[in-house]
Amino acid sequence: MNRIINLITRQPIWIFVFICIVFFSFSSPYFLDIRNFSNILLQASTIGLIALGMTFVMINGNIDLSVGATLALAASLAVGLQPQLGIMGAVLVGLLSGILIGALNGIIAWKTGVDAFIVTLGAMIGVRGLVFIYTEEQAFYAYDLAYSDFGASSLFGIPVLALIFIFLTITAHLVLKYTIHGRNVFAVGGNRVAAKEAGIRVGPHMLLNFILIGFLAALSGILLSTQMGASTPNLGRNYELWTITAVVLGGTRLTGGFGSIIGTLGGVLAIAILRNGMNLLQVPSFYVLIILGSILIIVLFIDKRFSEPKGVGA
Amino acid sequence: MKALLDSFKPGLKGGEISPLQFFGKHGISVAFILCVVIFSLSTQKFLSTDNFLTVVMQASIIGTIALGVTFVVIGGNLDLSVGSLLSFATVLVVDLHDKVGPGAAILLMFVFTLLIGSVNGYLIGYLRLNSLIVTLGMLSAIQGITLVYSGGKNVDISDQENTWFAFFGREELFGIPIPALIFIVLGIVLQIVLLKSGFGRKIFAIGGNATASLFSGLRRNRLVFSTYLLSAFTTGCAALILGSRVMGSQNNVGEGYELLVLAGVILGGTSLLGGSGSIARTVIGVLILAMIQNGLLLLGFPYYTQWLVTWVVIIVAVWLDIAAKRGKLFSTY
Amino acid sequence: MSTQAELKESINPRSKENCLLVLKNVSKSFPGVKALDGVDLDVRAGEVHALLGENGAGKSTLMKILAGIYQPDGGEVILEDQLVHMSSPIEAREHGVLLIHQELSLVPDMTVAENVFLGNIPRFANIFVNNRHLNDRCGEILTRLNCKFEATERLGNLSIANQQMVEIARALVFQPKVVVFDEPTASLTDYEKVVLFGVIRELKESGTAIVYISHRMDEIFELSDRISVLRDGTYQGTFETAQTNEDEVTQRMIGRDLDADIEHQPPELGIKALKVDGLGIEGLYSDISFDVHVGEVVGFYGLVGAGRTEVMETIFGLRKPDSGSVQINGEDLIINSPSDAIDHGLGLVPESRKEQGLVLGMSCKDNTTLANIRKFTRFGWIDTAAERAIFEEYMEKLRIKCPGWEYETLNLSGGNQQKVVIGKWLSTSPKILILDEPTRGIDVGSKSEIHHLIRELAKSGLAVIVVSSEMPEVLTVSDRIIAMYDGSITQCFDRNEVTEDTLIRAITGQTV
Repeated sequence: MNRIINLITRQPIWIFVFICIVFFSFSSPYFLDIRNFSNILLQASTIGLIALGMTFVMINGNIDLSVGATLALAASLAVGLQPQLGIMGAVLVGLLSGILIGALNGIIAWKTGVDAFIVTLGAMIGVRGLVFIYTEEQAFYAYDLAYSDFGASSLFGIPVLALIFIFLTITAHLVLKYTIHGRNVFAVGGNRVAAKEAGIRVGPHMLLNFILIGFLAALSGILLSTQMGASTPNLGRNYELWTITAVVLGGTRLTGGFGSIIGTLGGVLAIAILRNGMNLLQVPSFYVLIILGSILIIVLFIDKRFSEPKGVGA
Repeated sequence: MKALLDSFKPGLKGGEISPLQFFGKHGISVAFILCVVIFSLSTQKFLSTDNFLTVVMQASIIGTIALGVTFVVIGGNLDLSVGSLLSFATVLVVDLHDKVGPGAAILLMFVFTLLIGSVNGYLIGYLRLNSLIVTLGMLSAIQGITLVYSGGKNVDISDQENTWFAFFGREELFGIPIPALIFIVLGIVLQIVLLKSGFGRKIFAIGGNATASLFSGLRRNRLVFSTYLLSAFTTGCAALILGSRVMGSQNNVGEGYELLVLAGVILGGTSLLGGSGSIARTVIGVLILAMIQNGLLLLGFPYYTQWLVTWVVIIVAVWLDIAAKRGKLFSTY
Repeated sequence: MSTQAELKESINPRSKENCLLVLKNVSKSFPGVKALDGVDLDVRAGEVHALLGENGAGKSTLMKILAGIYQPDGGEVILEDQLVHMSSPIEAREHGVLLIHQELSLVPDMTVAENVFLGNIPRFANIFVNNRHLNDRCGEILTRLNCKFEATERLGNLSIANQQMVEIARALVFQPKVVVFDEPTASLTDYEKVVLFGVIRELKESGTAIVYISHRMDEIFELSDRISVLRDGTYQGTFETAQTNEDEVTQRMIGRDLDADIEHQPPELGIKALKVDGLGIEGLYSDISFDVHVGEVVGFYGLVGAGRTEVMETIFGLRKPDSGSVQINGEDLIINSPSDAIDHGLGLVPESRKEQGLVLGMSCKDNTTLANIRKFTRFGWIDTAAERAIFEEYMEKLRIKCPGWEYETLNLSGGNQQKVVIGKWLSTSPKILILDEPTRGIDVGSKSEIHHLIRELAKSGLAVIVVSSEMPEVLTVSDRIIAMYDGSITQCFDRNEVTEDTLIRAITGQTV
């Protein structure tokens, strides 16, 4: 019981998720349905996959704004190169592109000491430019139906894409919680000077996280393109904002040192359930934007009220 | 190679500065001149008054917003909501134009834009919430408000020929397009405010060292609040230009502008940590971005090549700036 | 200076045997300050070697050199007969030299065990955390230290004292040869102190060399085997604890060179400028009552953490008091913010000039007018000429060495930075000026200039409060001295009736 109470106080977003589920269950007959839930998971998986990586990056005390553009580049390559390389080859190139962009961001941030915000802001603009140049502003379609079949396939009645998301969420949770890397990510984000003095090498951990998020963004983009059977150059616009929103809702601290994959999952589900539920209630999607923006600010406000020590000028 | 690296080391005799420090200080001007020279040599169309006015004109919307955002950033905060706010303001002024006439439309547009700016300012200045997250939330919320207001439909002005509203985006004064004029005049005024007014001085102080400013009796709350009012105001001015030029508006017309604005501000050497920066350099930063766009197009590169170049330019500029302060090209962690 | 060498010889018959760590002729300078000047030190295995000196004497610089945070400009560090060069804390750790910081370098959101093994977490299969091993090993160390908290507790939930124990636990992981303690008892209760001393003795038994830095005489005499004294960055000799007494080391520590040229005539007291009555903040300090008259300097003397700074910050409107009142010129006031305080003629030269005093990126001139910018603006526009004039006036008055008014304060020496801060407050024409540690980390020359200045200011009709941890300073500048210990005022002395001994007792909580 104590453990549950503890979990709830540390993960307030799950209370919100729970309230949402109860509310929408009463207000829409279609909501509480296993098929709708797989649907929610499926919708959550795109932002969710990137959010897993963003959790690492943000706990580490950085941020990555380039994920939306990376996603679009990977999707465009994975679809656009199919005629030349076949599905597997194209997908591999797509994944590789994400890893490369992540590695590039990581190395620049590490070696130049330029703040990750600026490094990835630059990459966000530049990579999007790459996408437009490569695609010549055209959408690509996957002519091999096996590609989109994969996106629509299910296993035990659950969409494969949702399963991938669940599997990677569990993996990410384990990595963050039980590996040396995970532990050091917290140390670096929590007190960089202390971590450095204790002999933790800040740069390599940072690099690894950027590679991780690059890979996850690419994967997310490729899976999204299997759902649509196509890719567009504008894919993933504003996804960085949604991802950061989800991660912050999940309780990960913007300044680093604190956060969890479970919280992030809560944040991702909160957004997905809200969208799905309001869609079922036929609320125009505009209101979702207002509600999400307000929730983000309210969460920040509550967090500040409870976690801030009082000092000079308070 | 070693000699080259050595030349980047600081600590030379009094008066001399190392190449690294030189770039740190004058890098932006060097980049500006370099841009002009390279493009002038590679295409004859580049170096002409007409083309220069085109560049300033293209820079005017992002540039005008960047003027206000520079104040926010010098004060130690960020504003990611300006893109959404631009959409909102443009939709509002265009939609109201036919309903209440241009004058009232402009007035109402500024009232609501400043209102939203003051929400930002209250949350960040008075409640001291993190500016990145607050303006991210506002980005989404304002987008929603815009869509709710317009019902998701694009808006336009019916009688585009006979309204004095066209003045802001389509007319010229002394051969200078009004958008460029608004940008330049506002830039000069705000540069003077930043450097010569007590307000500007205080903004530098709170951004440079919030604690020391508090100990010196400055009221951070109020000052941060006013920087957000200012960025809302310049965003409103940009909306005037945009609405008048297009005579209509999509709901998401300003999407992504916040990042291009920030790119210009950062390129101008304003530190995201606050406490340093200048309007003049922001203007140069925005102009460099516009020149890259213009020059690459004249040279026949695909439109989006400019974004690739922007990527490289931003990182190199900030890198040199940091390296000059650090005295070493590479960081040590 | 030649007598000093002789002095060393006579006091310190060097027995080279057993010397685990030897410092020879170590020097270190910072811009404008010579922090250490030819310091020698030898520490033997299995001893507690106390390092004594006032604030600014160079103890913390010496300690940071030992820990690899600073590198000496000259001299040698010899560990186990080998010349060592420690260029980082990690390297020092590898050599077995560990520093227990006064400022804790811990990660509050991680568990105790994770902090103890930071950068050194037990693993299995090379990439996974061995949680059981981590918590068990940490548990063992905590038991050894008699700690009452669990290895799995979140560090941020612990009291400062317990966090300090975590720092100590961290050092023990490495089976250190030399452990340097920097004021470890500053935030400990008596019981925790006893536990800590037990740990230190145990370490000593096991052959570890302990360097113990403290102000507190009683502790030093209880714990140490030998005592070395530093004053103004120079070595003053080493004493066998058993063969010396408090008077002797105090004399070495303070020296006899108090400024003799400042005469202490009781000032002509003016009206009561400031009256503080029963001021208190829960958990910081309580029942603070005192008053300051026009024309006098009141010194606030006490150890770091005694609550002096917090009292001043409250008077200046930076903290909200839970109880008590403040009167200025006989008028009851509620001061909610520094700008209120400034309006009522208060000025505060804060404790940390880099963090609280100056905007380092701004010029000398801009910093000088910062607290008073309203006076230099007309219709919102700054009158730069007037600004320059006022800066140049203070540059001359305070003898600020600075290439010009545009010069960034970042590049000034500590003494000149402090003068700019003082200039900033003088330019607001205050009636009451509070100076918190006005000469911390400042070279001797500037120090005495600032002391003179403080006297002058009082004479010219200001009410001045000086907060200081340095006894010579309070003795030099004050007309009256208020001693604080652990959040309350223990005693109030007239300059003429005070002795060093009674002062030391008053600020260490020993009742007279």
